[in-house]
Amino acid sequence: MPDTLLKVEHLKKVYESSTGNVEAIGDISFEMTSGELVCIVGPSGCGKTTLLKCIAGLLKPTAGRVEIDGSAVTGPPPSMALVFQEYGRSLYPWLTVRGNVELPLKHKKLSRADRDRLIDDALVAVGLDHAAKSYPWQLSGGMQQRVAIARAVAYQPEVLIMDEPFAAVDAQTRADLEDLVRALHRERGMSILFVTHDIDESVYLGERVVVLSKSPTWVQEDLAIDLPPARDQISTRAMPRFTELRTHVYEQIQRAKRGEAVRPGATEA
Amino acid sequence: MTLHTSTITVPRPRSRVWASFGENIAYAIGLPILLLVIWGIWASASPAPFFPSPLIIFEAFVDTWVGPAFVTDVLPSLGRLGLGILLSVLVGIVAGTLIGLVRWLRDLLEPMLEFFRAIPPPVLIPIVAVLLGPTDTMKITVIVAGSVWPVLLNTIDGVRATDSVMTETARSFALTPVERIRYLVLPAASPRIMAGTRQSMSIALILMVISEMFYSSSGLGYRIVYFQRNYLIAEMWGGILLLGLIGVLLAGIFGFVERRVLRWYHGIKEVERA
Repeated sequence: MPDTLLKVEHLKKVYESSTGNVEAIGDISFEMTSGELVCIVGPSGCGKTTLLKCIAGLLKPTAGRVEIDGSAVTGPPPSMALVFQEYGRSLYPWLTVRGNVELPLKHKKLSRADRDRLIDDALVAVGLDHAAKSYPWQLSGGMQQRVAIARAVAYQPEVLIMDEPFAAVDAQTRADLEDLVRALHRERGMSILFVTHDIDESVYLGERVVVLSKSPTWVQEDLAIDLPPARDQISTRAMPRFTELRTHVYEQIQRAKRGEAVRPGATEA
Repeated sequence: MTLHTSTITVPRPRSRVWASFGENIAYAIGLPILLLVIWGIWASASPAPFFPSPLIIFEAFVDTWVGPAFVTDVLPSLGRLGLGILLSVLVGIVAGTLIGLVRWLRDLLEPMLEFFRAIPPPVLIPIVAVLLGPTDTMKITVIVAGSVWPVLLNTIDGVRATDSVMTETARSFALTPVERIRYLVLPAASPRIMAGTRQSMSIALILMVISEMFYSSSGLGYRIVYFQRNYLIAEMWGGILLLGLIGVLLAGIFGFVERRVLRWYHGIKEVERA
């Protein structure tokens, strides 16, 4: 039995405002083991980003708890790295690519040589070793997101959390970046929690797909993706099993949108 | 996949480089020379005691300022100005960062800051002069009290406007408070800080002159008033010319620093325009 890395238990988040309370997350529980690549998919507006922020310790949940390696998350844990959707606002434009990757390592107690090695290694991993001296705004969107991924890789997190990271890049770049995520997972054994609204992407990337209901959100289905681990854009997507799985997830999302799925243990019809 | 853009500089023929350099210079100083010529002709056609010809002013300028007066009047003025600007920028950035980051402090101070900003700075001179006497400290205090506001208020705004995703990035990577200020808050606010600094510098120059016009026995402001009271009109104009030159020098230094500090900012603007 592999170790539980991340544990989300009965997470609930209510946004309080003067116009009334909004229950974004109803009750979410799931677990993730070390070395897994889990995709979270749900209808738009279902609180995916809220969930990630709670997991990453950026938001305080109203109820429930998040555990990483058995200890509760109360603030941003050092064992997590985040990749945001808005790469343009997540990278610092006054730092070079190298400076951006180096930034989170500054307060880690590393020797100059170790730090340089981590940075070089991360830049090679995302294929940007030639652009280290450029500034992020000199790069294309896809390359900027690669910088953000390199920054997260160099940080050596136990779990990499990605919040719809490829929503803002074009389709071809997106396919390249998806394969990059697969490669990081397969070659480096990184544990990745990948949030997306794209059903195909979730099935193509994940070993498990967690389907969320509409808001107030709960876990509608936790689906194992039994595709072979070596995946590529053409043959994997052409597999009958891939089509079955994506159809299944698609139907689940449609049910979620219509609110047909009934929350287990809920009294409402 | 597109590679990052790299600029390739192709050396231009030497003669053309010089030609374009000459053209730029001609544009820059063409109008001033034309105006001087008109002034010169006018002054010799109908001599007026308060508007001597540029040649006379230039002569007076050299006689007055090239020599010991540079040490007794110009250097003290420049010292007060430089120290005043330095302190304003320093106080403005430090206090502005603090006020911008700490919410209750901002709520507490902001209405009062707006009030102090609204007071015309020269009215502080009589009060500060009574408190501190006709000293250098008085003049520097006046300069700082007047020119700190643009830097301070711009820094507060700039710090407050730090992008939320950038802040969350810093939080998620657990940057220490010092790192956050050094690598996120200050650079993010730097375009606003520089804009404030530019305004502060011109206010500082004005206040330097005014503070020296009252309660002083040295400095440019003092000299100019002294010349005016003694009907040394050409010398007075020479002093004004020197002040103008100091203003140009300040702008030059500012531009030099700004281009370096905001290189990334201008780079983004260029990319956006392209």
